[in-house]
Amino acid sequence: MELSGAEIVVQALIDEGVEYVWGYPGGAVLHIYDALFNQDTVRHILVRHEQGATHAADGYARATGKVGVVLVTSGPGATNAVTGIATAHMDSIPMVIITGQVPTPVIGSDAFQEVDTVGITRPCVKHNFLVKRVEDLADTIAKAFFIAQSGRPGPVVVDIPKDVTDPNIKISYSHPEKIEMRSYSPVEKGHLGQIRKAVDMILEAERPVIYTGGGVVLGEASEALTDLVRLTGFPCTNTLMGLGAFPASDPQFLGMLGMHGTYEANMAMHETDVLIAIGARFDDRVTGKIAHFCPNARIIHVDVDPASISKTVRVDVPIVGQVRSVLYDMLRVLKEHPRKGELAGNVKAWWEKIDTWRRLDCLRYEQNGDSIKPQYAVEAMYQATKDHDFYLTSDVGQHQMFAAQFYPFEKPRRWINSGGLGTMGFGLPAAMGVQQAFPDATVACVTGEASIQMCIQELATCKQYDLPVKVVLLNNGYMGMVRQWQEFFYDGRYSHSYVDALPDFTKLAESFGHVGMRIDKPGDLEDAYREAFGMKDRMVFMDIIVDPSENVYPMIEAGKGHHEMHLSPHLSSDRELA
Amino acid sequence: MRHIISVLMENESGALSRVAGLFSARGYNIESLTVAPTEDPTLSRMTLVTAGDEAIIEQITKQLNKLIDVVKLVDLSEGKHIERELMMIKVRADQSMRDELKRLADIFRGSIIDVTDASYTIEMTGDGHKMDAFISTLDPELIIETVRSGPLGIARGGKRLAL
Repeated sequence: MELSGAEIVVQALIDEGVEYVWGYPGGAVLHIYDALFNQDTVRHILVRHEQGATHAADGYARATGKVGVVLVTSGPGATNAVTGIATAHMDSIPMVIITGQVPTPVIGSDAFQEVDTVGITRPCVKHNFLVKRVEDLADTIAKAFFIAQSGRPGPVVVDIPKDVTDPNIKISYSHPEKIEMRSYSPVEKGHLGQIRKAVDMILEAERPVIYTGGGVVLGEASEALTDLVRLTGFPCTNTLMGLGAFPASDPQFLGMLGMHGTYEANMAMHETDVLIAIGARFDDRVTGKIAHFCPNARIIHVDVDPASISKTVRVDVPIVGQVRSVLYDMLRVLKEHPRKGELAGNVKAWWEKIDTWRRLDCLRYEQNGDSIKPQYAVEAMYQATKDHDFYLTSDVGQHQMFAAQFYPFEKPRRWINSGGLGTMGFGLPAAMGVQQAFPDATVACVTGEASIQMCIQELATCKQYDLPVKVVLLNNGYMGMVRQWQEFFYDGRYSHSYVDALPDFTKLAESFGHVGMRIDKPGDLEDAYREAFGMKDRMVFMDIIVDPSENVYPMIEAGKGHHEMHLSPHLSSDRELA
Repeated sequence: MRHIISVLMENESGALSRVAGLFSARGYNIESLTVAPTEDPTLSRMTLVTAGDEAIIEQITKQLNKLIDVVKLVDLSEGKHIERELMMIKVRADQSMRDELKRLADIFRGSIIDVTDASYTIEMTGDGHKMDAFISTLDPELIIETVRSGPLGIARGGKRLAL
């Protein structure tokens, strides 16, 4: 079929099975927008800021496992998208971002709305392309989709100069059947010899911990992980990105680990003798000080990205491969092993020790006085939504940690937050992307009054597309996590962490055509949630006034070890239990 | 420890900046970097010299391999290999110095490739130490300009870095 460059872009998206494109038009992409106008297979969602487009596509990708697609114009369109691209890159989210570029003859001349998009995005993408000839367009877009979703996923930028999409130049188009790249061949299977070595180590373990990250979610390996945890009888902890990969209600789940992880998870990490790391990257928020990290452990590491292995922590048994494939191979070897019956006995004493840590009940908080505790706000949200088909997105800060600690996720892809980059403003547009993918699901965004204002213009997008997202704003008047650090480490000098002149969020939501609610008494919260989550077809913005002085505990200071946690002062023993 | 790494990469615009950007973004050392197309015009071969402990070199090779444009690479320092560098050095050569400079160049198997009434330009190949040694034999006042390619490397024997 004979198509123009602009039509090729749209047809290529159709051929990749793309349902939604989040974007914002502008000069350099007008030909593409014209081609979009002439079809109704790919649905375009008009955001209010390009950052919102990237987060929405990202949320869609995290919830569905499909590639999130963004279309923005050159110059400021592309630079506005950069935060969202970097967010996706840090969390390995498959995305294709199509950016317009000035026409090829004027590239490099500081033309109107020109930036070096490929240069600017290079450090925060899996790969990027500048397409200089219309003949290369179909192939390049197909490559972009292939790269984005294979191996360790990530965002791919395709920068297209305006003349390449010229509607008057038509060439023959066909969708490439298969992409082969001599320079890129991601691994699938793990090395069986290494897997056997890992199984031997698992069988010798007396104090094992299975530590898993976002890779298990991205690699669709949740079932395999659950099988492995159950078969071994080992304790399991998840990173912030890995929550939901193993059911939180399972007695073998220790909770999240790391800076705001549970006491039992972090203590188990400190004392473990065999650490089984799966689809996790030993991030500094997880490891704390490397010199104190798992001091007695031999480490098995399963990851699809060879560069993740021994990057910060030396491991003993590296296994490079798709997490799901490796786990199923590991399960097979383990099931056939004559000594598999010894596993339960090996870890009996270990569980007794873990249970003593658990008895500390490290997340306990005191619901006193008239103020709503943010922890209670999350717990009550769980009660109100546990029977819903529920997705929770988050912004970044205290509310994010409270949600991670207090909302028990039973399934993968239900907890959607910016872990690596920590992007404030992520939550609301991400929720739009999730809601678009699952129109009948209940989608909430837990946020703070600082984060929400970073992309609040997307309330208009929610209205335009009838997205009944529920905003659960834990409003403490401060940038809570900044305030907490200033309280701990700067003697309470709250330098610019207090947001004066907050808007009336109820009226604000109403002005966008949504339902606004303000809740400031603990006793009103349950009813308010019931009412809000009962409004299936309306966006509801819940401004929940919470205790401004509450801190997130436990906490490991940056640069400390897992055994050096600060515990909540409400606990009977605020001590460093080494 | 010093390592010399050879990289075969797609001969695409921007490929070089991906490598240079990787080194600056991750704070790796880079002593020298040379790149040119190979006998296959779709491939470029890059030789880079870096330094770091074993863990850093391992990360460097992994991160390079992770770049989509990188087809294949080898850390030549892991095996026997040959290194050569090209230098062109322009020196003051008035009548009184000409014979001496010619003799020195001969000793180092350099050749004089450009002559004026006041200067010689000498071309020399060898490993980096040889260039350094040659430079140190010259009175610094005599040196007008030097340009060095940075090392190129190739494995000894029948082994090859190719597709």
